[in-house]
Amino acid sequence: MDISFLLNGEKIELRGVDPTRTALDWLREERGLTGTKEGCNEGDCGACSVMVTDGAGTKALNACILFLPQLHGKALRTVEGLSGPGGEMHPVQKAMVEHHGSQCGFCTPGFVVAMAAAHLNGDRNHDDALAGNLCRCTGYAPIVRAAEAAAQVDVPRWLDDDPAVALAGDDEAPDTGGPAPRGHAPESVDELAELAARHPEATLVAGATDVGLWVTKDLRELPEMIFLNRCRDLQQIEVGDDEIRIGAGVTMDRVLELMREHHPSYAQMLRRYGAGQVRAAATIGGNIANGSPIGDNPPPLIALGARLHLRYRDTRREMALEHFFLDYGKQDRHPGEIVEAVTIPRQADRLRVYKLSKRLDQDISAVCGAFSVRVEGGTVQEARIAFGGMAATPKRASHVEAALTGRPWSDEALVAAWDEWELDFAPMSDMRASAEYRLNAARNMLTRYLLTDLGAETDVRAIHEVRP
Amino acid sequence: MSVSKPLPHDAAPLHVTGAARYVDDIPVPRDALSLAFGLSGIAAGRIREVDLSDVRAAPGVVRVWEASDLPSDCDCSPSLHDEPLLAGHTVHYLGQPVFLVAATSHLAARRAARRARITYQERDAVFTVDEAMEADSRFEEGPRIWESGDTAAALAEAPHELSGAIVMGGQEHFYLEGQAALALPQEGGDMVVHTSTQHPTEIQHKVADALRLPMHAVRVECRRMGGGFGGKESQGNALAVACAVAAAETGRACRMRYDRDDDFTITGKRHDFRIDYAAGYDDEGRLLGVEFVQYARCGWAQDLSLPVADRAMLHADNAYAIPALRVESHRLKTNTQSATAFRGFGGPQGMLGIERVLDHVAHALGRDPLEVRRANYYADMTDAGPEDGPAPGPGGGPSAPRASATPPPEDISGQKKDPGSAEDPASRGAVGAVPTGRPVAAPEGVQTTHYGQPVEDFILGAMTDRLAESCDYAARREAVREWNARAPILKRGLALTPVKFGISFTLTHLNQAGALVHVYQDGSVQLNHGGTEMGQGLFQKVAQVAAQGFGLPQEAVKITATDTGKVPNTSATAASSGSDLNGMAVKAACDTIRTRMAEHLAALHQEQPDAVRFEGGEVHVGGETMSFARAATLCYEGRVSLSSTGFYKTPKLEWDRVRGQGRPFFYFAYGAACSEVVVDTLTGEYRILRTDILHDCGASLNPAIDRGQIEGGFVQGAGWLTTEELVWDDSGRLRTHAPSTYKIPACSDRPEVFNVDLWDGQNREETIYRSKAVGEPPFMLGMSVFFALGDAVSACGPGYPALDAPATPECVLAAIRRVQDGAARWSPRWRHCRGTRSPGPTPRPSASPPRCRRACRRCPPPTCRASWPMRRATPRISC
Repeated sequence: MDISFLLNGEKIELRGVDPTRTALDWLREERGLTGTKEGCNEGDCGACSVMVTDGAGTKALNACILFLPQLHGKALRTVEGLSGPGGEMHPVQKAMVEHHGSQCGFCTPGFVVAMAAAHLNGDRNHDDALAGNLCRCTGYAPIVRAAEAAAQVDVPRWLDDDPAVALAGDDEAPDTGGPAPRGHAPESVDELAELAARHPEATLVAGATDVGLWVTKDLRELPEMIFLNRCRDLQQIEVGDDEIRIGAGVTMDRVLELMREHHPSYAQMLRRYGAGQVRAAATIGGNIANGSPIGDNPPPLIALGARLHLRYRDTRREMALEHFFLDYGKQDRHPGEIVEAVTIPRQADRLRVYKLSKRLDQDISAVCGAFSVRVEGGTVQEARIAFGGMAATPKRASHVEAALTGRPWSDEALVAAWDEWELDFAPMSDMRASAEYRLNAARNMLTRYLLTDLGAETDVRAIHEVRP
Repeated sequence: MSVSKPLPHDAAPLHVTGAARYVDDIPVPRDALSLAFGLSGIAAGRIREVDLSDVRAAPGVVRVWEASDLPSDCDCSPSLHDEPLLAGHTVHYLGQPVFLVAATSHLAARRAARRARITYQERDAVFTVDEAMEADSRFEEGPRIWESGDTAAALAEAPHELSGAIVMGGQEHFYLEGQAALALPQEGGDMVVHTSTQHPTEIQHKVADALRLPMHAVRVECRRMGGGFGGKESQGNALAVACAVAAAETGRACRMRYDRDDDFTITGKRHDFRIDYAAGYDDEGRLLGVEFVQYARCGWAQDLSLPVADRAMLHADNAYAIPALRVESHRLKTNTQSATAFRGFGGPQGMLGIERVLDHVAHALGRDPLEVRRANYYADMTDAGPEDGPAPGPGGGPSAPRASATPPPEDISGQKKDPGSAEDPASRGAVGAVPTGRPVAAPEGVQTTHYGQPVEDFILGAMTDRLAESCDYAARREAVREWNARAPILKRGLALTPVKFGISFTLTHLNQAGALVHVYQDGSVQLNHGGTEMGQGLFQKVAQVAAQGFGLPQEAVKITATDTGKVPNTSATAASSGSDLNGMAVKAACDTIRTRMAEHLAALHQEQPDAVRFEGGEVHVGGETMSFARAATLCYEGRVSLSSTGFYKTPKLEWDRVRGQGRPFFYFAYGAACSEVVVDTLTGEYRILRTDILHDCGASLNPAIDRGQIEGGFVQGAGWLTTEELVWDDSGRLRTHAPSTYKIPACSDRPEVFNVDLWDGQNREETIYRSKAVGEPPFMLGMSVFFALGDAVSACGPGYPALDAPATPECVLAAIRRVQDGAARWSPRWRHCRGTRSPGPTPRPSASPPRCRRACRRCPPPTCRASWPMRRATPRISC
């Protein structure tokens, strides 16, 4: 592929790019920009964080699972590009020195970039902004002190990356010719639908937060790739009177913002979905289409009664989301068919989502449970409960739902549902959790849902030290 | 004064701009090759056939080596010569390197390495403690046993006795920079190796052995590591040796870095332990006798396991004077990664054992654990003697500790070692060193540890008092009690735990260091020493020492990469000893040069040398003031040598590891931490709400850097005991092999309120400016979180939580169920695989929402029963 983008303010044109070449390898091996580090090569440590600016703003992304074609028409800034023209340090760099925020220094460039992106965006929730960066030396306290100090200083003018201006005239489709491995970059859903139909064996890449690992970890060769990130019309959110329609290409950071208003508990869970770097790349369509039994979107979407919209050329079909997941690794998607959107019926918010993992932030769920129980006059009218991590697919707890329906919304409901859990789920044991824990915790999540309704304190994040 | 200033890390400006160079950032010649290992797919067995034809045919591959292609066995062991670079016939763990690929790129090498077809003849592998004990699969002939006092009698006579066990998992280092090396072939067969290592001398030794060269033909350099934590003391040997061999045979620069998954799969981690215990105690909770059996899973090769297990035994007392203490230590050989050094080096495991005992005793007596801990402390000491009370603690009596009940053979090293190769005496794994053999006896009336070392610098009594006051322990203990009495779902816990950590290598001869200092004629100073920089700020501290020595500003001192060509025969930067040893060596070198300068300048001015003062970048002599640069020029013109080496060896050490007697440590470093947590009793999830730390760095060389070690050490220690879980499956494959599955603490895991203070004392021993070592001790402050979790769990019922580590949410929920059932059941089975562990039966609905059903020690029953909201009938919210 032939692509062009800005690197630290300088225009770069690349010809014959291997579409699976990661930005990290390219920066380090071709450009000698070794400030960006490889820590894990799977998007989990943030040492490779780079700043990417496009029409939607500036975000920190993990360069290790960012394919070069995804950068076409954008502005990329690495740690080397944060300092001013005269070598002046960026405010976060200065603060990191002054507050002793680096020890071994290996994670530091990634932190500095993530902090600079948050600084640029005025994001002062440092725990969130830095959840995607691991540090093994400092215990994070001095880094947060540095972030707080830097927040008092203005964004330096030299960070003015506007790719639309800088790359004026270049915001065109990249040339996708050349020998295999080949990459396509359609500009619209129509074009995408046609391409996907013509190349049913091609790998569809949106944010590459999953496909990236196929390359960096599984070392798979992907001879034919279709990049979705230039399909603007796949990235629309429409909030109507009856439903919310989310295009498959909407990134998770935007889903999070959307859900803050409509289903805050969903948003709260998504705050723990990957981390900033992952949410800025990952898409809701990708999270659904890859069919993972531990994807965190399907449980709340199923509990909300979401429907999935698929398209093959001009033929469209839709289904309740839970029906899309047939078995482990098997979805109801025909060759050449694409996921176009997901729709959620508008409803009074009764949704609560509980994500259970060893570590609070940036961990894959052992169990993710979503509950929406409609109660009238003290009686359960309708229950929609869905889980990830409890079966080979995201799955509804239909026996539990049935047992709850019509019951008084009290411990009687819990008792009625008690033995139904085993009928719904026979989870497995793995490195994340044992089967028994998964089942017990899932059952207790219903208790938590009820107790929260009754006004009990159930959220450890809402608790602070005792002050006698 | 340069020393004691909170100056930033010397490389901080390079770190934050991305300019700091790590091994894989070093520019290499265009034809440089990248290496990757092909790994064993089984845990134990013989290799039947290795078919590498597809590997050789893969794009970019230049050369492939099997064990038989190597110029020697290329041993990588730091101890027993039991780690061939490549497995020849026998495979000892899943992930063991079997062949080596050199290719034109890192990715090409990795891709090629996956194409091998290897067939094996598998045999039953030994994974667990129980399996190893049954098979008598171990290092050394039998358990090592040290005992002081008559433990059996003490247990028999004690008014109360309890027993139990604790299982604690290992820990992956997760240095952010994975293992990496680069070898550059030189003229005449010499080799230069750049590597991310804590132990350049050992790399030099191993590379020289592999290439059959004298050590002078190999130069090893390390400017910095992206984290080490013990994981780069011996685990980098394989990469360096592989690069050197490949470079020697191809004549091209060769580099290698492990992909993170390979790093997890190949390299060793912290030793996981099971510790069985029995304790006898009185009504006040004072320990009268304690017996430990420590089982350490050492993995497939000996590596540094013997000194690690020794240090676990040495810290079985932590801060407590125990009249009779017996420690039995089993060093078990298993078909897993070879466990290795990790911050604390066995100390944390040993300490967690005794802290569990005190916590358990306190629970059994219904007393505040802090009160019980205090009752067992060694007596505080000043230079005048014990601080309070006439006698040292109960264990401090004059009774000389007895020798081991079954003295092991004198030389345990001679039997397995390949006689053709020399052991590396610069390694902590060296076991052939001759014990000092001198009779050791503490003076009458001095409190001693169970291994006979006098405890002369104990200050934890005063430190604990101050911390308990500053963190408001008593009032918060009460507030936690009240909260737990009324809150049905979320329980709080509070714990204050102490740390006493011995400072020195226990292999006495390693306690030496060298330095090389040059003063140039323009007054600039170049500094080199044997220590390595892994983020701990060693270079910065030592540079402050040098600046102080010449009265110069910090900028005048250039810090240079650790280089075996500049300072030879170095010890690993380990055992927290970096600043203690190298600081002193640098000071000695600076003193030598300064004395020479002073003598020359004094002679020029007809003054006495001791009247020459070096301060503020100037030199004052005979009423004249000149710049240091001018002084250096004058000395150069006066033909004064402005270069010097410096050397230091730690005094007072005498240690017989076989008998377990003597003074292995120069001094102890102390600390204490208090943590508060909240636990969700429905899922076991939890959070650290607040941590207060008071830590002893002596007279700190750099309070900012020391504070960084304390904060970082604490969080890493808390990680070990909470979320960092290593899980192997039944085939011996490590399932937690990347940050996606292995969870070190993230930003939001640090305590919400985090107060850290330095104790304002100084080292009573003559260390560098009376400072104390700080690398490892704070790690064990993380224990406060673990015991706070246990405290919260114990608010759920009458049983003892008996938490195992790591206390993942799953582990915590299982403990909650146990205490509700009232019995502290403990399953001795090692958690080899998640699937084999049962968190206990699922209670029926009536028992499901946690509540205090029985009389609960910590909350009055009526409140408890009344507080469960589900008893209050109707829902308040309707939709």
